Amino acid sequence: MNVRLYVWQRATAAVMAPLVMVHIAVIFYATRHGMSAVDILARTNGSIAWAAFYGLFVLAVSIHASIGVRNILNEWTPLPERRVDACAVFFGLVLAVLGLRAVAAVVLP
Amino acid sequence: MIGRAVKHRDSALWIAAMVHRISGLALAIFLPFHFLTLGLAIEGEARLESFLRWSDQPSVKAAEIGLVFLFTVHLFGGLRILVIENFGWRDGQKQLAALAAALSALVAFAFLMRVF
Repeated sequence: MNVRLYVWQRATAAVMAPLVMVHIAVIFYATRHGMSAVDILARTNGSIAWAAFYGLFVLAVSIHASIGVRNILNEWTPLPERRVDACAVFFGLVLAVLGLRAVAAVVLP
Repeated sequence: MIGRAVKHRDSALWIAAMVHRISGLALAIFLPFHFLTLGLAIEGEARLESFLRWSDQPSVKAAEIGLVFLFTVHLFGGLRILVIENFGWRDGQKQLAALAAALSALVAFAFLMRVF
């Protein structure tokens, strides 16, 4: 892993640490009476705060996970580096697109 | 020779690094499915609700408890790495790794009590 990717990996980890703690708290809160779509959407629909929170979370995790996957492919597979880079970028883009789509799905009224 | 080459794998800190990697990989595999599930809300509240009712099965709940454990163990393991790299070296790294695992088990157990 080069220095630039190392810094991105650690910076996104630092950004996500508090987001993960809040997300775990939300999981516990959301499951207090069993999860329901009505409860979830009532909380998130039209909320700029949740859109910003989960939008940032999705972008950070897309970068963080794609760098992590790149490290694993580099160390555990015989794939050439260019192919590993392509896989990592593709995976990061898939996560970002699906994640932002999911945020839009629960936030947009 | 081989025994010496893999001796480091007995170390609690090697196990902590491997747990961090495997939990990260498992979460990376899970995430696209998680996002697709939430994306069901695009098709309407009823579509998401029908998936959530399917997820009431005990086997799915058991998998969710495993995911909560992986999520928290990756969080605490990651915090341990950030502390090691950004603050002065302290003794008790193995204890920190054990604490990360214990806290994750506690959170997962609390989630188990919540969903069953």
